[in-house]
Amino acid sequence: MISAGKKSTMELLREEVESLLRIDRLPHVWCPGCGIGITLNAFLRALIRAKIDPNKTVVVSGIGCTGRAAGYVNMDSFHTTHGRAIPFAVGIKFARPELNVVVFSGDGDLFAIGGNHFVNAARRNHDILVIAVNNFTYGMTGGQHGPTTPTGAYTTTTPYGNPDRPFNIPHLAISLGAPYVARWTTYHLMQLQNSIYTALHRKGFRVIEVISQCPTVYGRRNEMKSPLEMMEYFRKFSVRKDDATFDEMELTYNGRIVVGVFRDVQGIPTYEERYNDIIRRAQK
Amino acid sequence: MKPGYYFWSGDIAAAEGAIFAGCRFYAGYPITPSSEIAERMALRLPQVGGKFIEMEDEIGSIAAIIGASWTGEKVMTATSGPGISLMNENIGLAAMTEVPIVIVNAMRGAPSTGLPTLVGQGDLMQAKWGSHGSYEIISLYPDSVQETFDLMVDAFNYAEKYRVPVLFLIDGMLAHMYEKIYVPPEDAVERIERKRPTKPPGEQLIYEPDEDLIPPMPRIGEGYKIHASGLTHNEKGYPELTPQAQERLIRRLNDKIRKHAEEIWKVEEYRTDNADVIVVAMGSNARAVRTAVDEARKEGIKAGLLRPITIWPFPYKYIEKYAVDYIVAEINYGQIYHKVKEYASGNVELLPKMGGELHTPQEILHALRRYKK
Ligand SMILES: Cc1ncc(C[n+]2csc(CCOP(=O)(O)OP(=O)(O)O)c2C)c(N)n1
Ligand code: SF4
Ligand SMILES: [Mg+2]
Repeated sequence: MISAGKKSTMELLREEVESLLRIDRLPHVWCPGCGIGITLNAFLRALIRAKIDPNKTVVVSGIGCTGRAAGYVNMDSFHTTHGRAIPFAVGIKFARPELNVVVFSGDGDLFAIGGNHFVNAARRNHDILVIAVNNFTYGMTGGQHGPTTPTGAYTTTTPYGNPDRPFNIPHLAISLGAPYVARWTTYHLMQLQNSIYTALHRKGFRVIEVISQCPTVYGRRNEMKSPLEMMEYFRKFSVRKDDATFDEMELTYNGRIVVGVFRDVQGIPTYEERYNDIIRRAQK
Repeated sequence: MKPGYYFWSGDIAAAEGAIFAGCRFYAGYPITPSSEIAERMALRLPQVGGKFIEMEDEIGSIAAIIGASWTGEKVMTATSGPGISLMNENIGLAAMTEVPIVIVNAMRGAPSTGLPTLVGQGDLMQAKWGSHGSYEIISLYPDSVQETFDLMVDAFNYAEKYRVPVLFLIDGMLAHMYEKIYVPPEDAVERIERKRPTKPPGEQLIYEPDEDLIPPMPRIGEGYKIHASGLTHNEKGYPELTPQAQERLIRRLNDKIRKHAEEIWKVEEYRTDNADVIVVAMGSNARAVRTAVDEARKEGIKAGLLRPITIWPFPYKYIEKYAVDYIVAEINYGQIYHKVKEYASGNVELLPKMGGELHTPQEILHALRRYKK
């Protein structure tokens, strides 16, 4: 029983989450039922559970619907240019390794225009957590196809179906040596939150792909008009398989979504750690 | 560096000058004729506790230094034409979000890949207008290895003081030319740091300007909960997508430089008193002009040299000051010529060269002879 005047755990948690949001900026720009808010919520809850000092945490976003996330978190936060969130974050982390640096951005931003930065930052193993919201499209610009749009999908620039082949993001990240690689959907609320929580305690270039619904410009062109239908798809078609093969991680049009923590290894030196050695050598 | 005399190239002087000015963070991508700056920084920065990183491209390089600048570091990158073209979007971001950064551009023959190893001055207009929109930056352009070193201190001071990108121009000649140079003692120069917030977190609006139109700049990690966005924003740093917010912000971003232009202007006036004709020339191209002016004077031609060291904001009052004919000698097909024409009362002649080599003193002298009275 909750007595009057005493707050429930839920209320307390809600207050804590709200303290990490710029409440004075609400309402946000996202459509009703969009998955970005769910992902942001999971991130903030994980941050609270991890007891990480928000004053020592920086959120960097690129441009896009997802890119607006930086504008809502009540922490040092940067809304940069399209595709450049990762190198911007690299500058912050390399200059001040004691900061906790999180990149929160969209699939187009991180893998199309920003793909070169993703690849090279992962290779160098910068100590950055990347939360990549994959809604299969460029939401912000009205639903064109992007580097994660499944083959065959309908978008404003693939009116006859997508002839293009999407990235297999976990495969890509693992091939570059990223020490923590996971994929969830917005249906996997707790798993996603737990995964972010774990990743916040790991070091190095950590990548969490979040399959997210964009009912407004993607779903409605692909037989899933409502947010609910998209969530239903995520629920019915996702299977957890941590030891999935690269082929199994591949996403197909309205097909199976393999989720899980595909890689979690510790002890790989980060770029920042390796550079400390350089400073020592230079000063000998 | 210990005070004393050294034999350095313009590139080395740019790197050492930056370190002398307090730069402790460099991100870059190699390109002729600026690569030696990166090489020098890779060697020297870790010695002084700084950080050097070679990024995957110039877009990443400038993004990294903007991010690093928010941590309070003095930051720099260096490149040449093709790299500057790639950086331009983020030069706009730094201008819009008021981040102190210094970008060296060692100008080579252009457009496109042009003449990678040879001199050019084709990026003078691009330095000001390279990114989309109406904004102001500061641009400096020395003419010797010594001045490259010395001017670096000003470049960082301006970037910090006005919270603005400084485009530090050198050219292919200056970058690779070796000269004897003097490094003064550490405490011989004034180093300016960006203004810090005076109010505690919670009370300080991130983009609230002081009377000088420049807002104080908090660092990441101090609890100020900075929000910076390339979107048009209000004093809180929050996006405000209205004509009113745009008017306020863009006007201030321009005015904070325009209103301080005279403090930023550096110009060399060489034998301009009682001159009938003045050659306007910049960077290493001005060196031949100095010789030509001396020769012309011997021949009874009252010639002078006006050398804008500050290219942007353009020091127009110096042009207005003289009721003379101007010759603009530049290694492009007419750029600063248009600025001079805008402010000159007399004739303005363009003496262009497409790139690859500088003007010779003879070419300048030949032109000056037409003005013999
Ligand atoms: C250089 C540049 N090119 C294009 C754009 C236009 N643009 C804005 S957001 C966007 C796509 C964003 O897609 P994604 O990263 O997947 O984010 P989402 O909106 O789907 O969350 C594009 C193409 C831009 N802002 N800048
Ligand atoms: S367009 Fe799509 S991604 Fe953007 S806010 Fe709406 S639902 Fe979300
Ligand atoms: Mg997207």
